[in-house]
Amino acid sequence: MNDTIVDITDLCFSYSGKEVLHNIDLVVAEGDFIAVVGPNGGGKTTLLKLIIGLLKPTRGRVRLSGRKPGKKGLEIGYVPQQIDHNLSFPATALDVVIMGKHVPENRLPFGRSQQDRRDGLAALEKMGISEFAGRKISDLSGGQRQRVLIARALVTEPELLVLDEPTASIDSRGQTEFYQLLQELNKELTILMVSHDLLSVSAYAKSVACVNKRLHYHQAFASSGELFDAVYACSVYDSCPVTFPQSAPGQSSLPEGVTND
Amino acid sequence: MIEALHFEFMRNALLAGLLASVICGVIGSLIVVNRLVFLSGGIAHSAYGGIGLAFFLGMPFMAGAFFFSFLSAMIMAAVSSRSKQRADTIIGVMWAVGMAVGILLIDLTPGYNVDLMSYLFGSILSVPRSDLLIMTIAGGGILLLVFYFFNDLLVMSYDEEFALVRGVPVKRLYYMLIGIVAITVVMMVQVVGLILVIALLTIPPYIAEKYTKSLIQMMVFSCALGMVCTSGGLWISYRFDLTSGAAIIFLAGTGFFLSLVLDRLIVLSKRRLMLKSHREMSG
Repeated sequence: MNDTIVDITDLCFSYSGKEVLHNIDLVVAEGDFIAVVGPNGGGKTTLLKLIIGLLKPTRGRVRLSGRKPGKKGLEIGYVPQQIDHNLSFPATALDVVIMGKHVPENRLPFGRSQQDRRDGLAALEKMGISEFAGRKISDLSGGQRQRVLIARALVTEPELLVLDEPTASIDSRGQTEFYQLLQELNKELTILMVSHDLLSVSAYAKSVACVNKRLHYHQAFASSGELFDAVYACSVYDSCPVTFPQSAPGQSSLPEGVTND
Repeated sequence: MIEALHFEFMRNALLAGLLASVICGVIGSLIVVNRLVFLSGGIAHSAYGGIGLAFFLGMPFMAGAFFFSFLSAMIMAAVSSRSKQRADTIIGVMWAVGMAVGILLIDLTPGYNVDLMSYLFGSILSVPRSDLLIMTIAGGGILLLVFYFFNDLLVMSYDEEFALVRGVPVKRLYYMLIGIVAITVVMMVQVVGLILVIALLTIPPYIAEKYTKSLIQMMVFSCALGMVCTSGGLWISYRFDLTSGAAIIFLAGTGFFLSLVLDRLIVLSKRRLMLKSHREMSG
């Protein structure tokens, strides 16, 4: 059995009087590749933000390797949804990646060390864009900027990589490459990813978390067809089958037998 | 220009201009990359209310302006960090009300009335030595603070959310940055005037941002541009007997439009090169 790295118990989150997430329980084991799916406004991004510590739960708790988020327990790499914000900011791809290593406690020495530079270049190399290291971010394409932001998340060698709809600005060919890359990365680290991309999710993810105020976690699928059914039910029918019959691949278990909650 | 420097007021004016360029180059870069230009304009104009208050109560000018704009800066910071969508409206209201309060308070002050106009464009040609000293000390303090927190400010300015994930105290830094803007503005108002402060805080950093590859380069380049504008503007005002503040802004504005033309030319020449290579390939 793999170690638990994220442990969420009885979590509720409400925002200005409205309940966004209700009674969430989720255990993420090391080495998992979880796709978080569900309708817009269902609380997917909120769940991510609770895990990385940007939001505090109204009730219940989140533990990362046994510690509260924000405390140095688990090294998390975070890739945001927005990649076009602050586009004219004067920074090179390498600068942005090195920002990933920033530790507020070490304010001095000023500037960046040779070690930071090497690590930054190594992360860019991993993403296959080291030749753009010195280029200004405004001169990069959307796909390249996306890779820069993933390199920024990888530069600290995290145990958990959290991505929020990472493929929104990549074309189909880029997406295939991107998911293959994630699969490669998944050999070394755990991945938690919000996505709307049903086909890719069912081809690459190991398990699915359906989030629509509540959460249902589905693990260990017999086939990618079955996984696709689960994802499809969550995203399209706005509902989630609590259990999956161990049906043969190709035999759809939906939408009949769907329990709505 | 050289013979003009025989006058002490000219030397002081030039020194004040250079000092203002350095402070505005550094702080202005942070304002531009954090998109705080409108907020800074709000702080600068609500300082007017403080000037009025200072005259009404018979306080020293600096104390009144500082109190008023620091207070309004903190309110603006609170509003803009809470509700980003409507922050511009609140800032616009405070901008207008601050100025109106200033003028009403001056009206209510018995005795001779100062010309608030002089605070718009400042009086760089009559900067006393004592003001230069205050500018140097306060400016030095501000720059030290910025450079101590430089890496935090850099990460926050590029991506606030990511900075939070890395544990940067974003909220406190944001208040600190806006507080610094308030101090900068008040310090500069008497010397170079409200309008010139906004011009120096925005025009050189905007030009610099396009041609530099890092925040620190942007700051250095903005300082240099600011220095060229202030000393050039002073020379123009001396040579042609024009208002110094307006001459400095006019020079900066000319630079701004030239940089836009330059950008256009760069795009056009890239296009021509591309078309040329295209023709050669096809024929």
